[in-house]
Amino acid sequence: MKLSKLIFVAAASVGGLFSLSSCKSGGGNSIKVGEFASLTGKEATFGTSSHEGTLLAIEQVNAAGGVLGKKLELLTEDDQTKAGEPANAVNKLISKDGVIAILGEVASSRSLEAAPICQLNKVPMISPASTNPTVTREGDYVFRVCFNDNFQGGALANFASGTLKAKKVAILTDVKSDYSKGLAKSFKEKYATSGGVVGTELDFNGGDKDFKGQLTAIKSDAPDAIFLPGYYNDVALICIQAKQLGMSIPIFGGDGWESESLLEIGKDAMEGHYFSTHCSIEQPTPEMTSFVNSYKKRFSGKSPDAMAVLGYDSAMVLVDAIKRANSTESGALREAIATTKDFAGASGKISLNADRDAVKALVFIQIKGGKFTYSATVNP
Amino acid sequence: MPLNGAKRWLLVGIALAIVASYFSPQFNRYYLGVAIDVGIAIILATSLNLINGHTGQFSLGHAGFMAVGGFFSAWVSLHAGNLSHVFWYFPLSLVAGGLVAALVGLLVGVPSLRLRGDYLAIVTLGFGEIIRVVAQNTEAIGAASGLKGIPKLTTLGWTFSFAVITIYAISTLVNSTYGRGFIAVHDDEIAAESNGVDTTRTKVTAFVTGAFFAGIAGGLYAHHKQFLSPTGFDWLKSIEIVVMVILGGMGRTVGVVAAAILLTLMPELLRDFSEYRMIIYSLLIILLMLLRPAGLFSFHFKRRPQP
Amino acid sequence: MDWFFQQLINGLGLGAIYALIALGYTMVYGVLRFINFAHSDVLMLGAFSAFYIAPKIEKVFGSQSVLACIMVFILAAAACAVIGMTIERLAYRPLRNRPKLTVLITAIGVSLLIENTAQNERVLGSAPQAFPQLITERAIHLGNLVISSKDLLTVLVTLVLLGGMWFIVQKTRIGTAMRAVSFNQQAAALMGVPVDRIISFTFGLGSALAAVAGILYSLNSSIEPLMGVQPGLRAFVAAVLGGIGNLPGAVLGGFLLGLLETFAGGIEGWSNYRDAFAFGILILILLVKPAGLLGRSSVEKV
Repeated sequence: MKLSKLIFVAAASVGGLFSLSSCKSGGGNSIKVGEFASLTGKEATFGTSSHEGTLLAIEQVNAAGGVLGKKLELLTEDDQTKAGEPANAVNKLISKDGVIAILGEVASSRSLEAAPICQLNKVPMISPASTNPTVTREGDYVFRVCFNDNFQGGALANFASGTLKAKKVAILTDVKSDYSKGLAKSFKEKYATSGGVVGTELDFNGGDKDFKGQLTAIKSDAPDAIFLPGYYNDVALICIQAKQLGMSIPIFGGDGWESESLLEIGKDAMEGHYFSTHCSIEQPTPEMTSFVNSYKKRFSGKSPDAMAVLGYDSAMVLVDAIKRANSTESGALREAIATTKDFAGASGKISLNADRDAVKALVFIQIKGGKFTYSATVNP
Repeated sequence: MPLNGAKRWLLVGIALAIVASYFSPQFNRYYLGVAIDVGIAIILATSLNLINGHTGQFSLGHAGFMAVGGFFSAWVSLHAGNLSHVFWYFPLSLVAGGLVAALVGLLVGVPSLRLRGDYLAIVTLGFGEIIRVVAQNTEAIGAASGLKGIPKLTTLGWTFSFAVITIYAISTLVNSTYGRGFIAVHDDEIAAESNGVDTTRTKVTAFVTGAFFAGIAGGLYAHHKQFLSPTGFDWLKSIEIVVMVILGGMGRTVGVVAAAILLTLMPELLRDFSEYRMIIYSLLIILLMLLRPAGLFSFHFKRRPQP
Repeated sequence: MDWFFQQLINGLGLGAIYALIALGYTMVYGVLRFINFAHSDVLMLGAFSAFYIAPKIEKVFGSQSVLACIMVFILAAAACAVIGMTIERLAYRPLRNRPKLTVLITAIGVSLLIENTAQNERVLGSAPQAFPQLITERAIHLGNLVISSKDLLTVLVTLVLLGGMWFIVQKTRIGTAMRAVSFNQQAAALMGVPVDRIISFTFGLGSALAAVAGILYSLNSSIEPLMGVQPGLRAFVAAVLGGIGNLPGAVLGGFLLGLLETFAGGIEGWSNYRDAFAFGILILILLVKPAGLLGRSSVEKV
């Protein structure tokens, strides 16, 4: 065995890596914006939605003549819904392509991987829909255009004790998902302080198809409602099986429910259940109407979900900041994003607070007559 | 191979790594990150090669040991405070993570190594998954949200020093008198046993040593990515490492190292075809098994005939 | 007590699915002695073929009619039988005399290839889709207990197919040949058994079973390209639990695992470990009784 050969191979390959010089295009007539999203893999639906929203925003801005007299160039990297990938994708976008800002991700766990890199390189990062509170704690270059789960959990707790008048709530969480666990935690804290009793607490594995074991146990505990922070596919199946088991109590959850597929899969089993989300595509603001129309036109009739709206807004907030900063220099851009106030986004008015979180209203939606119907708005 | 020569190369390797590390601030951060990924992959592949290649025991749970080492050393770093700035802190924490992984390897190895072939494969896969589920439910290491804010201590120098040490340690081990036992077990377990090789002990040694280095790789990975989540260590990660070993040719250290480099760089080079890269990857596995089962790089490094 | 009996019913429903998938695993393992990792993906393809076939069939035979439902099952099973035989012909047959691990790795490769190809947006896409309602869902109420017609159907189909498989293997000429191949491939070939054709037939049969399991699994549910992975791994555990290669063992293992997972799912502090249960059981059984509950242990000859 030739160790020398082996070290040579290793050394040569490392050497080879660095001899490839990075081709940063200095100036040029385009502004490069980086985006990372889960375009393939388990959570491809979220990534695809947010990517389409972002893409639409960039195309619209370019059609209107771009910003600072330059066109925007969107560079998208797929992270395959895989841990470890976002770091490489974002490193590549920043260090090799030289983007001025990063847009992404939907899932908090992947945003958390990218955030320290953006912070280290002092490149602003705007997450469209990562709601885990810790994401923007990574540093002053990390922003989001959505509310966080502390706010959402509190709103859901008030909803449970107020609107639903539930005295006892069972909680069913996805043990694999930090989003589900985090939202359940903040819900529990707020719900307990408002005098509610948390009944059975059980877990499922995202991607499972059988939840009757959990549901039967919940049924025998007889709660007034079930809190189900999860993603739409699991949620739909759980609601179907709850109905099969003859359970008629309301089930409610957070923004992970938001998807047309929820209704397609869950059908009549979804009737009467509630969830909180970022916006309703029915909300009658001119920004939302025009977004929905152009989205449908661009993506052959497909109707957008909340991820698409937020993907769009994340790009628009960035564009607005570039305009106000009148520069793409990272410090100035960061300042401009941080001072975003009352920006009229498609999802609603966006103002960023000192924690770099969007202070935004939350919308409750009820499923009625096989449709998402607007139920209430909770202001921060 | 004379031991002196091997030691010389070990020192040269480490010196090179340190020199590279000294200049690394000048390197492009993306290439630097990928280079560290390559180093970690080399450690993982070489250590799995000891189990799967040299000893012929098919393990599908390597990511589990990587997770154990990674989570442990990251947890230590998060509680170490200022201590983590001491120079020797990092290598020591890595070794500690490796030792914990080795301990878990021992716990897994002793019962399961009685099994053979695909049974062993599926049991190690099961253990890897159990480790992931336990990590998902352990609050101390962040449960489902994982560990974040891990200090960035992994440098090119440390990574490649450990990579060189791994290669050196494993090749020295395999080429030692004791280590011939690994190959004997690989070639024919019954013949090995009748010639006085304690096969169970040999297998467990291989398993524990492999787990130790996987744990070190996990620690490097944790302090490189600065964020660990249990879902990153599912069985697909194990399969990734297995494919490196197969591609390189089971038991051929040079080939395995080359495969680790190639397979880490490939997804980066295929970024423009991201839609298709996993398809290409899986097609590669099948074609390789059909056309070159001894590995892609098995031209003249051949040391022993194919089983 | 209602709670207990309801969980029993739920567990049997889930277990029947595992049992059905395990039957397919065990058939292939019995003859070829290797884990067909791609079995779970054939299951997924079975569900997807039904997804595409059903609307066309229902146009002819009327929607949610029994006849249409049976037609969908048969056509999807036939499609998967062809897929299974093709996989065997292209990927496994050339490796017939190679080390077992080579075949195992190839099987993993085939599994990944099917999953990754299916996930591509131009092929099936990764978004979950609602599975068509093949039969009207009726719930049977016994006091406070609820039995869904889907669970009942699954249990019935599983038992019927177990009987069918047992009949084929034990009572027919081709079954005798299958057992001969399983016992000793070379000797079987020397006795004039067309080994390649028998193996191909076994794969076809196993894949048809996977398709049936895939459809039953998807009723009242959604389908996506990775849907087969979890039940596939668990069914494999079920097959080993019962004694791999043993038909009634596979079904027994499936039911046991289904019951265990269901009961665990309903207990606080256990439900979060549900993913690990199957593997925990697997490890335990392999250490205590490696041949499985109903399997016979074999002595390795030197």
